Amino acid sequence: MSALGVFSQLLELVLALVLAPLLSGWVNQWRHWLQNKSAPGVLQPYRMLHKLFNKESVMAEHASPLYRFAPYLVFSCMLLACAIIPTLSTDLPLSPAADAIALVGLFALARVFISLAAMDVGTAFGSLGARREMLIGFLAEPALLMVLFCASMITGSTSLTAIVETLAHRDLAIYPSMLLAGVAFTMVSLAENARVPVDNPDTHLELTMIHEAMILEYSARHLALMEWAASLKLFAYSCAGLALFFPWGVAEANAPLALALALPVLVFKLALGGIALAVVETASAKMRIFRVPEFLGTAFLMAVIGLLVNVLLGVG
Amino acid sequence: MNSMTQPSTWIHLDWVLAVVAAWLLIGVVGILALRRFRFVATVLFPVGAVFSIVLMATALSAAFSGAELAVLPLGLPQLPFHLRLDALSAFFLLLIGGASAGVSAFAAGYFRQGEGTPPGLMCLEYHVFLASLVLVVLADDAFVFMVAWETMAMSSFFLVIANHRIPEIRNAGYLYILVAHIGALAILLCFGVLQANTGDYTFANMRAQHLTPFWSSIAFVLAVFGFGAKAGVLPLHAWLPEAHPAAPSPVSALMSGVMLKIALYGILRVSFDLLQTHIWWWGVLLMGVGLATALFGVVFSTVQVEMKRLLAYSSIENIGLMCAGFGLSLLFLSYGMHSLSALALTAAAYHMLSHAFFKSLLFCSTGAVMHATGERSLGKLGGLIRYMPWVAWPTLIGVLACAGLPPFGGFVAEWLLLQSFLFTTGLPSSFLDMLVPVMAALIALIAALSGFTMVKYYGVVFLGQPREEKLSHAHDAGLWERLGMVWLGLGCVVLGLFPNQVIAVIDPLTQMLVHGGLAHTVADNSWLLVPVSIERASYAPFIFLLGVLASFGLAFVLVRKLYHGRLRRVPPWDCGYPWQTARMQDTAEGFGQPIRQIFEPFFRLRRHLPTASDAQPTYAVKVEDPLWYWLYLPVASLVERISRIVGLLQQGRIAVYLLYSFITLIVMLLVVKR
Repeated sequence: MSALGVFSQLLELVLALVLAPLLSGWVNQWRHWLQNKSAPGVLQPYRMLHKLFNKESVMAEHASPLYRFAPYLVFSCMLLACAIIPTLSTDLPLSPAADAIALVGLFALARVFISLAAMDVGTAFGSLGARREMLIGFLAEPALLMVLFCASMITGSTSLTAIVETLAHRDLAIYPSMLLAGVAFTMVSLAENARVPVDNPDTHLELTMIHEAMILEYSARHLALMEWAASLKLFAYSCAGLALFFPWGVAEANAPLALALALPVLVFKLALGGIALAVVETASAKMRIFRVPEFLGTAFLMAVIGLLVNVLLGVG
Repeated sequence: MNSMTQPSTWIHLDWVLAVVAAWLLIGVVGILALRRFRFVATVLFPVGAVFSIVLMATALSAAFSGAELAVLPLGLPQLPFHLRLDALSAFFLLLIGGASAGVSAFAAGYFRQGEGTPPGLMCLEYHVFLASLVLVVLADDAFVFMVAWETMAMSSFFLVIANHRIPEIRNAGYLYILVAHIGALAILLCFGVLQANTGDYTFANMRAQHLTPFWSSIAFVLAVFGFGAKAGVLPLHAWLPEAHPAAPSPVSALMSGVMLKIALYGILRVSFDLLQTHIWWWGVLLMGVGLATALFGVVFSTVQVEMKRLLAYSSIENIGLMCAGFGLSLLFLSYGMHSLSALALTAAAYHMLSHAFFKSLLFCSTGAVMHATGERSLGKLGGLIRYMPWVAWPTLIGVLACAGLPPFGGFVAEWLLLQSFLFTTGLPSSFLDMLVPVMAALIALIAALSGFTMVKYYGVVFLGQPREEKLSHAHDAGLWERLGMVWLGLGCVVLGLFPNQVIAVIDPLTQMLVHGGLAHTVADNSWLLVPVSIERASYAPFIFLLGVLASFGLAFVLVRKLYHGRLRRVPPWDCGYPWQTARMQDTAEGFGQPIRQIFEPFFRLRRHLPTASDAQPTYAVKVEDPLWYWLYLPVASLVERISRIVGLLQQGRIAVYLLYSFITLIVMLLVVKR
């Protein structure tokens, strides 16, 4: 564990905390522009968080302690997820503690707690959201795992840093398996981050909402943490996608110069990714809730086919 | 060698036998104090739990010492009891001791006066059951094995029908004992094949036999069928979701947490230890059956509306996953890939251990809930976390472990299992090379679905608002129940946080069965769990937990320091519609509805939908197991038809029977010529 490693780990954490709301704001701004609306500023999420933290929390009178601590737990799960994904550098001291499977487990842990918290107050919306979230989760989670497995079959490791290191050192070649995995990953990320074809982050219409239904009862600091956790999740997914499919520019051990260079590269890649997300969201229409399993089932099957292609072609 | 005669140097086996004797003694004392409820509950069961801990400690130490043999002068004149304590038995003794300690403590507070079987008799049945579990694992010849096996079946049968005045419970018990005996027949035949006409039924002799691949395969299939029937493997699972809800909760906990594993012990003992050859398709068969069982179990558990049924189907799922692990291990073993075989077997063993703890814990929690509320249907519960925190919080640990979430025991097992399924490249057959990673996809799907089930279970029972008026008077669990649940919860946490130490305990078992183990790779890294090499995969639950807790604490402190901590408690927001009731929450049926819709071909659905013209509109849905109609009922009617034909012989007059004897004698005279 080098001093530089610790530094890049801390840098990643701080960067995730700072950049995550910015990314959400950026995507939102582009979405508005593409839809010919006047957009809120890119800093709007920070203002939102600041406002929410200052408010007095209003909580249902019979809410249990689980409901109270769930936002903190979800937030810290997402933070840890951001810490173990190699966004800037592959020299991360925390990385051996959790590999790709543990990353999926981390997302699952957060999902279970947010769903449980949603069911705690006992209003109709909360449990409706929880049910839908778990419905999405049970297909998205294995699909995500299969995407990560595609990459680990190529690199012979489930450690995220090892995967990124190996992939970054390859020549620019298109693996058929990674192509399939890439499509699957995009679909899963859209579903997992409550994006348009599956969920709409702007809506509070009871027939369609999923994520918003779960956090409907939260207010003030608890809501702020939930919102921040959601943007951290988007950040984590974006970074994981970039690390898997566009791993170039990530620094390695003992390369301070590369680390300095990695930051602007990351910001550039994220900015492009954000625009792409806004385009996808604008171009597609929200689907009925029972089309979602088909959508995610397709993603799951694509990832599995990717895995099979991997074995068949023997790309090792 | 009978070491009972030299008490000065007690070997591990003596300690184990002493525990068995103590349990039997406790049972006898229970019979003597048949209706002295308080004595049985607060003295006998806790003493039994103490002996469980003794068993656990003995097993821990025995795992690392060599095999111990003993011959007891019991049984028939020519057939003394052969006992053997090796690494495989030691592992299972550890499992029995660890889980039963918690369950016995829970049982001390659980059994109430005036319910079916008198407490003393219950105490006898319970402790005989425990003792028979231990004897099955110790048995070193087929005779002792079958005696112990049948004792286990009978004692658990009596425990299941503790409330025998209810007809459903009697039916469940009947189905249970029926399937158990079909299984026992297959096991008996399996031992018959294994001894290869030598007439010597000791396991040592079976190990020495070299059967042809054909007969080995027959023995293997018989073992999978026979032990699978007891473990709830498809298609012989039907008794499990009936018997578990019928039994009192500590008994369901013991049956699900421990007895199912003992059935798997049988599969391990026969296929890895007694059979000397291993054929690749055995592994594929076991994997296929296991994964089918797991998928079946988890899909059915998501749509259940009764607490214990839901957990019973979840047990079927877990048993399936363990079988899949065994199958993979066998597959590797048949190709001589010992280290990969050891990885798969370690994963399965880890899963067995953690399942023993979390499933016992969950069954205990249903017991506590049923006592407090008198309800077992999910649709009538809710909000219990506010009235029963001592039940709700340990249950949360069990739920997270069952859903396979980090940092609990279930996740480590799942992680190891996925690792072993993922990196299989190098199998000689390219077809298998392709098949195994696809199975990893199935395991991931099953694990995610079990998360759905567990959120449903916990959310509907413990969270939300109470769906019935009386729930707000629910009382929390008593001292003994708390103690038992905390012990089991602690087990889940320890299994989750100290994988390296647990793997060191599993290592002798894998060394013995597949001549490979993870202990030496694991021992190099004290904090990291590294099953193969650090480049390939690593996981550190402790650091993981520390990371989550640190950011949790930091977030909490920072939010409080930088801002304020003001909080106002108000009624929940009613969306402008002031007549919100608890009945507007999702029901258990509602929560499972998406899965019911997606997996509709799996089920036999009967749905009654209200129409617009109904005066009293009702909605009812019933989900049934199609195998019941495709397999069980046809077989049952066939058996009935055959027995009716056989029944024609029974004329009920003595002259007819004499005629039969006469005809038999004539035929014998004709056929048997000297």
